[in-house]
Amino acid sequence: MDDDQVFKALADPTRRFLLDLLFQRDGRTLKDLESGLAMTRFGVMKHLKVLEDAGLVVTRRSGREKLHFLNAVPIRIIHDRWIDKYREREVSALLALKAELEDKDR
Amino acid sequence: MTDKAATILVYRIVIKASAQAIWDAITKPEWTERYAYGGRVQYELKGGGHYHHEASPEMKSFGLPDKVILGEVLESDPPRKLVQTWHPQFTPEMIAEPPSRLTYEITEGQGVCTVTITHDVTGAPMVAGMVPGGGDPAKGGGGWPWVLSDLKSLLETGARMPT
Repeated sequence: MDDDQVFKALADPTRRFLLDLLFQRDGRTLKDLESGLAMTRFGVMKHLKVLEDAGLVVTRRSGREKLHFLNAVPIRIIHDRWIDKYREREVSALLALKAELEDKDR
Repeated sequence: MTDKAATILVYRIVIKASAQAIWDAITKPEWTERYAYGGRVQYELKGGGHYHHEASPEMKSFGLPDKVILGEVLESDPPRKLVQTWHPQFTPEMIAEPPSRLTYEITEGQGVCTVTITHDVTGAPMVAGMVPGGGDPAKGGGGWPWVLSDLKSLLETGARMPT
């Protein structure tokens, strides 16, 4: 479950679509997920495997069924470690620019 | 959600720490006050044991009760598995809901541990809406993803995430 794997897993529209399906309703079977996609069962399985290896999907057995759950934790980690950091820098750069420009006006 | 089946949420994180360190961080008050929303937990670690989460001074300043989460320990197998009920007392609507059921599982392998939270929030839509997070942690919207991310930071670096 490292950042590279998470970014790679997210860099595919089908996999993002699968995450969206789980976001709408969690704990789905392969059969259920398959029905939302124009793709072979094998194709969907391959995508789910990438998502599972990246930690974005966690599977759990319930009786005979294997259910897929969205795990939002890796996305939160990326948000906390990457996006917040750069957003702060951007904001402070804009604030510095504003201060400088306003200073010149005087 | 349209079906009446169980509503189960799953959260997983990999942490470079021993299972015992993670167990302590979840069950010991001197640890729980150091990450996420803080506050000290009180666990009686045995089946039928008492559990509650004391409000941090900050939570109290928002008008939350002294015991912000109530519950009962259902199963305690340190440092691997903890099953408990979990009933947040944040709002009258949440108090009116039935207690949810929370399972922590810690598995060790190759110098890291995998922590899995399975939260059965069946019949508790307010709790189901809160724990996935996605909001601003400073306003209480962090949910389990933020709590686990912060726990990882604390155990791996000895410090919390900058906020």
